Amino acid sequence: MPGLLQILLDALSLGSLYALGALGIALIFGVMRLVNFAHGDVIAFCIFALLWPSVDVVPIVFAGQLPWFLLIPFVLAVGAGLSVLAELAVFRRFRHANPATMMIASFALGFVIRYFLLMLFSSRPKSVQILPGLSQPVELLGARIPLLQVVTILVTIAVLLALVAVLRRTRFGLEMRAAAENFTMARMLGVRANRVIMGAFAMSGALAGAIALILGSQTGTADIMMGSSIMLMAFIATVIGGLGSLFGAVLAGFLLGGVSVAMQFALPLEARPFRDAFVYGAVILVLLWRPQGLLSGRAAKERV
Amino acid sequence: MSLLSLSNVTVRYGRLTAVRGVSFTMAEGEVLFVTGPNGAGKSSLLRAVAGVVAPAGGRIDLADHDITGRSPETIARLGLSMVPEGREVFGSLSVEENLLVGTGMHAGTRGWRARCETDLAAVYATFPILKDRRRSQAGLLSGGQQQMLVIGRALMTNPRLMAIDEPSLGLAPNIIDQVYDRLTELRRHRALALLIVEQSSTRAMMVGGRMMLMRGGEILLDGDARALGQSEAMQSAYFGYGEH
Repeated sequence: MPGLLQILLDALSLGSLYALGALGIALIFGVMRLVNFAHGDVIAFCIFALLWPSVDVVPIVFAGQLPWFLLIPFVLAVGAGLSVLAELAVFRRFRHANPATMMIASFALGFVIRYFLLMLFSSRPKSVQILPGLSQPVELLGARIPLLQVVTILVTIAVLLALVAVLRRTRFGLEMRAAAENFTMARMLGVRANRVIMGAFAMSGALAGAIALILGSQTGTADIMMGSSIMLMAFIATVIGGLGSLFGAVLAGFLLGGVSVAMQFALPLEARPFRDAFVYGAVILVLLWRPQGLLSGRAAKERV
Repeated sequence: MSLLSLSNVTVRYGRLTAVRGVSFTMAEGEVLFVTGPNGAGKSSLLRAVAGVVAPAGGRIDLADHDITGRSPETIARLGLSMVPEGREVFGSLSVEENLLVGTGMHAGTRGWRARCETDLAAVYATFPILKDRRRSQAGLLSGGQQQMLVIGRALMTNPRLMAIDEPSLGLAPNIIDQVYDRLTELRRHRALALLIVEQSSTRAMMVGGRMMLMRGGEILLDGDARALGQSEAMQSAYFGYGEH
């Protein structure tokens, strides 16, 4: 039984990361049809914001020493700030470009962020100590569970509830949902396009910050490439979930986490190194069955 | 002083010219029907006024502000409320949420919340069916109910000018009657100017007011709807015999 509980928690915590990532992509896609491939590099940037720039092996800690109640808002703010900056400096200029052009711009921006980090920190992963208290295991129903996993899952649930509250209960949320469904119509009702889009970028960036915190505490390292693998899975989750559907993105994120962990457990030993191939195979099957995604929103339709 | 004034407005989509140098003015509280056959440029004209497309030439003024090429939200905030063709409800939002989307432009002003409540009550009084269904998803309403919803939604912004594109498109005749009954009622109670695009001139003749006939991106006729509707010129303009 403890084994099963561990698998469940593994699945939920991995799924949490994918869900948070997918949400960050889906929020922006919803309002401006942009698949933001720079999202993964924003995640990496958030972690490196804890260190002083240096190419030395031993990192020089900067914000990493802050107490948790300052550290967490700091990282979230860095993510939100960088994301908003990306909107102002890059994506605003491509507002009326076609989605493919915007996507390529996001790739380019991702490379700019990545090489900026490379220049300042070199490509060598650095050890970071974020919230070290979380790496201790706790006893739960007879199993030794890393506290961090429990916290990851709880944080994700809290973030999701907060997001639902913002979208359902606030004026900004109302405008954002309206804009995600029909941007031109929302603007004709006086909804300010820039405000909604900037809000979406800020929320997406803060989510990137949350992922950075979780990944950083999990691995204890800051790696320039750390956002990329999450980004890939998160993007797949948004596609499976039905581009434009926030709920679908979250659901598919957890589904992908679950499938990954289940395969790790169920595949024969020789096949386990190729787990990801099996996961992507399952993704292809899902998309053959439902090309429009599990929950395709109206927003995913072509806007005229 | 005119509420809306267009001078020499041209709208192009690529190499296609949809509106050719159109000029006209509208007074406060006026009802103006723009009619004409398919492809006459009626909708393009409306889209240019609402800021959805930027005119290729000319100038548009709304309530003494130059709105040429301004953003849709700026124009909406100056008092134009647009009801586009095909209704465009926010299908996943509830009926009440749809109505509230447009109230944000007055947010933060004094007594805004109270006015929202009053406006909402007024819209519900005009369209009781919306009140009954205010919690349901707007996408589940019938075509006629959706048309009432988008008119109600436009009213919630407290416009001085409401522009409506083909309000009778795809609706049953008795529902169209209801929609127009409400529109004329609304105009009587508020100082609201209506700019209505319709393909057929019958409705304009029934409701009355001013009518312009467009064809090939130009205004061919402009005058009293009832007088124009019966004229010989109207017939020939519509069907094109005698010219071209």
